[in-house]
This record gives sequence, C-alpha cells and structure tokens, in this order.
Amino acid sequence: MPDNHYIRFFDEKGAAPLELLGGKCASLVALTDAGMPVPPGFAVTTHAYTAFLEASGIASDIHRLLAGIDADDVAHVDEVSARIRDEIRRLPVPQQVHDEFTVAYEALQARFTEGTAVAVRSSATAEDLPDASFAGQQDTYLWLRGRDEVAEHVRQCWASLYTSRAIVYRKKNGIPDEGLSMAVAVQAMVDARVAGVAMTIDPTTGDRSTIVIDAAWGLGELVVSGKVTPDNLHVDKVMLSVTSETIGDKHLELVPDPEAKSVVERDVEPERRGIRSLTDAEAKAIAAIAKRAEKHFGVPQDIEWAIDRGLPDGENLLLLQSRPETVWANRGEVPTTTSGFGIESITKSLLAQIGR
Amino acid sequence: MSETTMVAEAPVRRAFPSPYDQPAPAGAEGWKSLYAYNLVFQDNRREVEEAKFWFCDSQHWPTVTKPFETIGFEFAVGCLGQYNSRQLLIPTANGIEYRIHNGYVYMSPVAVDPADIEARVPQFLQRAGHYFQNWESLLQNWHEKLHATIAELEALDFQALPDAIPVEDVLAGKGTGPATELLGSYDRLISLAYRAWQYHFEFLNLGYVAYLDLFMFCKEAFPRIPDLAIATMVQGVDMELFRPDDELKKLAKIAVRDGLAALFADTSDAEGTLAAIAAHPSGTAWTKTWQEAQDPWFNFTTGNGFYAHDEYWRDVPAIPLGFVKNYIEQLQAGVDIDRHVDELVAERDRITGEYAELLSGDALETFQGKLGLARTVYPYVENHNFYIEHWTMGVFWRKARQLSKMLHEQGFWTGEHDMFYLRRDEVREALFDYVNGWMVGAPPIGPDYWPTEVERRRSIVDALSTARPQPALNAPPEVITEPFTLMLWGITDDQIANWLGTGDVPDGTFKGMAASPGVAEGPARVISSADQLTEVQDGEILVAPVTAPSWGPIFGKIRATVTDIGGMMSHAAIVCREYGMPAVTGTGTASAEIRTGQRLRVDGNTGTVTLLD
Repeated sequence: MPDNHYIRFFDEKGAAPLELLGGKCASLVALTDAGMPVPPGFAVTTHAYTAFLEASGIASDIHRLLAGIDADDVAHVDEVSARIRDEIRRLPVPQQVHDEFTVAYEALQARFTEGTAVAVRSSATAEDLPDASFAGQQDTYLWLRGRDEVAEHVRQCWASLYTSRAIVYRKKNGIPDEGLSMAVAVQAMVDARVAGVAMTIDPTTGDRSTIVIDAAWGLGELVVSGKVTPDNLHVDKVMLSVTSETIGDKHLELVPDPEAKSVVERDVEPERRGIRSLTDAEAKAIAAIAKRAEKHFGVPQDIEWAIDRGLPDGENLLLLQSRPETVWANRGEVPTTTSGFGIESITKSLLAQIGR
Repeated sequence: MSETTMVAEAPVRRAFPSPYDQPAPAGAEGWKSLYAYNLVFQDNRREVEEAKFWFCDSQHWPTVTKPFETIGFEFAVGCLGQYNSRQLLIPTANGIEYRIHNGYVYMSPVAVDPADIEARVPQFLQRAGHYFQNWESLLQNWHEKLHATIAELEALDFQALPDAIPVEDVLAGKGTGPATELLGSYDRLISLAYRAWQYHFEFLNLGYVAYLDLFMFCKEAFPRIPDLAIATMVQGVDMELFRPDDELKKLAKIAVRDGLAALFADTSDAEGTLAAIAAHPSGTAWTKTWQEAQDPWFNFTTGNGFYAHDEYWRDVPAIPLGFVKNYIEQLQAGVDIDRHVDELVAERDRITGEYAELLSGDALETFQGKLGLARTVYPYVENHNFYIEHWTMGVFWRKARQLSKMLHEQGFWTGEHDMFYLRRDEVREALFDYVNGWMVGAPPIGPDYWPTEVERRRSIVDALSTARPQPALNAPPEVITEPFTLMLWGITDDQIANWLGTGDVPDGTFKGMAASPGVAEGPARVISSADQLTEVQDGEILVAPVTAPSWGPIFGKIRATVTDIGGMMSHAAIVCREYGMPAVTGTGTASAEIRTGQRLRVDGNTGTVTLLD
C-alpha cells in the first residue's frame, strides 16, 4: 500500500486501518478477508481526500467558514454548506490521486467480462462507528458507469461531509470538524432481484436467538430508507428456520435502467407486491451469512444483503455491509424471570402458566 | 371530532357450534344408543355441557370409534386424570373430561378450583419430587410391573367351551368348570388393559411437566425458539421406539448378505415368502433373526393402538416383510439406510451448545439444570409409546379378536370382528349368554339378537363416518392454560383463532409491525410532508405515511411513531429504537384514517394502534 496509498482494494491483504478507509470500507475489507461473498471494489482512502484538501488549499477556507456557525441558523448553515460543497466539486484533484484512481477503476472493470456498473458510497471515519450510528447519514450513488462519472461522484461524497444536515449533526453531537476526513467506496453493483437487511438480534426484544430479515424487490435502498414495507421474516439463529413472517406490500422497487444509465424507482406490478420475496432456502442462506458475520466480529451484526438476478443459485447471495448492532449492545442480556431447576422450579412454571 | 362516530365496538367473541345444535348425518339417527350414557351429551344436561369448551381429539381418534373402541379414551384419558388429580396432585391441572359426539371424541380439561391450588403445592412437591429423585429405580420397577402385566395378558386364551368339563377336573374334585374361567378371562382382559393404562401415565405426566419447565424457560429466554428445537435438545437417540425399524434393517442386510433378496418378490404372500427363506440353504440366520424380533419388537402397529382394526406386525407378517423388501431394494441401490446415532447426537449437541452460548451466568445454569432433568425423564415420554400403545395394546387387540372370532363361530355375529360393535360391558353380557347357554344346555339367545343389532350399528357407524367432526364445540376460553391441553394436544390460542377464522382486526384498531417496543398514549399528529413538521407539538404521536432522515429533529418531541409503510429496519423503526420510543410501522392505512387530535394508544410490543376517542 505505501506506494499507492490513495487506493485500497477490498481484497488486498494487510492492515486495514479505520482512519485510512473509513468505517464502511474497513468493514468491507474485513468481510472480504473473512471469506464473505462481498462484491469486489476498492476504497478511495482518506489520504486521497487529505491530499486534495492540501493541493487545492481550501482547508483553511472551510475552517474559517465553519468557525462560530450557529447550528440553529438554518439559512446561514445552508449558505455555508453550499459554498463549501461547490468548491469541493470544482477544484482539481492532484495528478497522483487522479492516476491511481484511473488505474484502480480500470482494474475493477477488467474483472468483469463486460465491465460493471458501480456504486459509490461515503465511508466516513466517524459516522459509521458503533456509538454514532444514525439512519440516513450516508451518501450512496448507484449504477454509475464510466471513469469520469464515477470520479465525479467520489467528489460528491467528499462534498457530502458538508451538507447542512451533516454540519448540524456534528455540531449537535460535538464532533469536531478538525481532522475530519472521508474515504469513498467504489464497488461493483449487484443487480438485485431482491435485497434488504438482516439483524442477528431481534431489535424489538433483544432476543439473540433470532435473526430478523427485511426483504423487498430490487435494490435494498428502499428497505433501508423505509420507502417500502418489506417482507419481515424471523429466522431462528440455531435452527435456521423461518419462525414467523409478515408479508409487506412491496409497492416500489429500485432497479437499473440501462437507457438512463442509472437506477429507477418503479411500481411493482400488483401480483408481485403481496407475495413473499424470499424462498425459505434464501432466507436460510441470508440468516447463515448474518450468523457467520456475527461469529466473525463477535457481536450482533446488522447486515445488508442482495440476491443477484444474474448469478446462479448458491452464488447469488452477496453481502454488502455488516455493522455492529448498536441499540441492544449497550443494554446487555435480556433477563429471564425463572431460575433454578427441579421440582420446585417445575411447580413455579406450572403456576406461572396460569398466571400465578 | 365527534365522539359518537368513533365508538369502537367491543369485539364479538366467536364460538364453535353447540353439540346440541348439530344433528347427526343422515342414516346415523339413534347413534347415541351405541355408547354408554355417560359418554354422550345428554339432553337434560345442555346448560352444563354448553358451558364447557370441547376440542376434538382427532389426533388420537381420527375416525369414528366403534362402541368397543371407546375403551381407548376411557382408559387412557381417565388414567391421565387420575395421575393429575389423585396421585400427583398437580397444583394447576385436574383431568380431562371426554364425550363422544357424532362418533368423534371430544375433550374438555378440568381446572383446579383456584382455592385449592395452594394446598396442592406441598403434596405435589412431595409426591412428584419423590419420583424425580428416584427416577431410575422407580422406572426399573415400572418395567418389571409392565412386563408382568403383558405376560398376564399373553396368558389369556379365549377358546370355545368343550362339550363337557374335562374328566381330569372331575376326578380331581375341582368342582368348577371352564365357563366361569372364560368369563374371568374376559374380566382380566379388561382389567389388565386398565392397569396398563395406569402405568402409561405413571411417568408420562412427570415427563411432561419437566419438559414444560424447560420449554417455558426456553420460550422466555428465546421468545421465538421453534418447538422443534426444544424437542431436539431433549430427544433420546438410542430408543426402544426405533428398535422395530432397526430390526427390519438388520433383516434386510442379512437378506442381502446371504443372497436371499430374490425370495422377497411377493411379500404379500407372507407364508410363502417365509417358507422359501426357511427352506433356502442360507436362510437359517435370517429366519432366526426374524423369529427373535417377533417378541417384543414386532408388537408394533402402523396404527396408533386405539382401534380394533389396527394391524400389528406380529399378526400380519406381510407388513414387516414388505418393509424389509423396501430396505433390500434401497441397499441394492446403494442407499445408506442406517440411522446414524452419532450424527443425531452431534446435531443435538450443536443445537444445545448454540443456544447455551447465548446465555450466561444464572440463566445458563438454569438452562443446563432444566435440560439435565428433562433429558433424564424425556426418554420415557418417547419410549412409553412402544410399551403401551404398541406392545400391550398389540397383545390386547389380538386377544380381543380371538374372543370375537370365537363368538362369531358360535353364531353371535356374522363378521369375525363384529364384536367391536358391542360396548365392552355388552360383550360381557354376550359372553354370559354364551356361558349360560352352555351351562343349561340350550342355545344362547345372542345368535338371534346380535346379528341384526350389529347390522343396525354398522350402518350407523358408516353414516357417522361420512361427516368430519367439528374441530371444537362451544365458546373457547379467553386463554388456554391447561398444561396438557397445550403440551399433548397443542390446543393453543392461535390454533383456536385459526379454527374460528378470526384474526380480524376490530374497528378502531390498526395492526402493523412491532418495530420498536413500548406503549405510549397521546394525541395524533398526522403529517404527510416535511413542510408540516413545524406543526408537531411536544407529546404528540407522529402518524405519517413514511418518515425520512431529514425529520430527525422532531423525534425529540414526539412520544411514538405510526407509519403506513416501512418495516423493522425502516428509518422510523431505527430512530424510534434509538430513542427508546414505541413505533408501529407498516399499518397500511393509519395516516389516512386517523385525524390529528384523536387520542391513540401505540403498542410497539404487539404492533397495535388503538383509537381511544
């Protein structure tokens, strides 16, 4: 890595420091290293962002503009945000960063016979950390093609460090702007037939023997953003059997649109809305992969997964993300009310059963 | 908000039909006369019987029971009750009442008077505690008692009476004849079956309560654990119940090894097949193994032990021969037919280990303790079935059929097995008639009475068989708590709701996903777009088609969130869990039907939103 420290492929061996890769990319590297089926890709490291800041000379402008800003003055925050983001998108990147990115992008394309669309996602060093998870604080650009378009969206991610929302969020949560940096994930797109999320703990009860899966048609973003009501399955972690299911009215799906070279949100035809989007075997495979991730990282995980429509069964389940679950991790084990065993506890159980 | 428009009706509790409103199928009129008076719903007891909830036990009695066959549920369910209510004094459960309705068996658990529960606890601790503490020695004793009972049953013999009392008896001054011995044998047949059914439940109820204790702990520690997982954790692997099948596999292997496979071409001709094997130069080992398997292992039925027509392998050798033939074919096709006990043990240990890993401290110790006891007692729960339903009942039915055939030969009925159209007490009357006729030297009356009566009954039983039973009768209780109803019959609240086809959501209630736990009440604030967010007041409940990350700031003000769409992992759900406030997502229509200002209760544990106004 030393000679091209602006880029780090997910499947390169060696250390994967969080400060270089950001939370998302570090996790993708760790998952790839653990042998999980992660779509290939690379990180544009925080060094690349730092080199850009230094070469462009805007670092001091940013600090000056943000100093003393009032988070409740919405109009002023919006104005400062717009100025900073505009500069980040406009100023040139250093040649070395440009060149290494180009080589990496082409190397990624070369892994696919006909090339691949990619997703570009921010990989911040702070927001993905276990203690600061917050829904929706991430930028994602899907189904991008061509080096220049991808590069442009990498900058877009950099700029997203300074959205009004991000500025206010950091202010309110006491996260300093100094030393703020961001890596960006560039990853082969999955052409998802069905996708969603899974948690290796029941988020409503803290039950660690349950894996909860949300699944809907198309790419998983609509599930994460709550724009569709997904199918909700509970899978027993030990038996890997579906223990309950609630079928959602999956009225929308996000799918690639080859003509527009992007993704498009479209209505799901009525007959497909109310049918379960996952077979039992698929639910079991998703649960198995989530369980593996939990075992690997040692704490309950919150994963994003997708089933690719182009790949054969057995190879079509891909893991897009795995993060530690944060809510129950801080609450500890769910207590049980019964204790002991033998005739006395049997008697208690019998009485408890009739509510005594 | 007019209060008059929003009165939510109390949900109407639905009920199953009353047995008094269900006519018998055409042709079955007068069916009640086939059964004892205490087994049917009597007309003058309507009020008493309709106050009880009855479920159909089609698990054990799937088809119409002929009059003699009521012995199965009368003895079995009666003895279950005896162990609950009189031997162990289980604090919370008495026995189970049973009736027969339109030919099918219905049951109704008998609750313990709440005032008596406390007083039963110390007695239960002493009585049940003694069994748990001395499980192995008492179980050893049980095996001895049961073997002796079966030996007594085997010794019964129902032969036609001789023309005269044997001269040896006369010369020995015996003074009694075989007729009274025949009557005595019948009485013993019935009483030995009754005894065996007591033994059946001597340990079974204890096995269930120990299992129930583990079961309830697992359901609390792992709320969604499949029942199957708990069952697997306690399952025995080296069990008598598998022995009959293991014997078949052994026979198949010997047949292949000794080159006998070709002799299994037509196993429906059991006699011919067995003769051919015995005559084969390499047939000795197979024949010896076959004979050794007969008793006890082929006292095994593909039925369930409760019907006179259940066929037992010992009596119908074509059945096990057919299975052996199948195994031979599988072996020849290279199929592995062995039951891999080591793999079962490994899987059981994996499952147990993975659940145990999710526990620590006291909970882990509790789990291991309960599991240990359940594993000690549960093998009985699985094995008893071989000893009673298969072995004992196999002998019982063989003897009963012998008696039926003997009386058929004496002209009492036209079919060899027609005795089962008589109640067991009527059989004794018929036998007395036969005995008396023999004694007085005049023909018995039965041959002029029973054939017609049996025909009448046969046509009634056939008519009853044309209709399926109602799954239950009368109004179900609010909740099912009786442990054996739940454990043995799986009659749960959900099951009853399924039967009733309920699950309908009452007016004024919205069902969605229980996305974030907790319960909150407050006035609704219906928001359909971000520009209305400024309207949200402290303490309101947010009701929206969907929420978005940009709505972040208002989550500090509200008490709960209700959305039309979105699941467990939707933005609203995640944020509400972060904030520790209840959320119900995916209600479908809440934001269209709820109006700002209406008071709501949001239950994030059950996924229910209720209008309070």
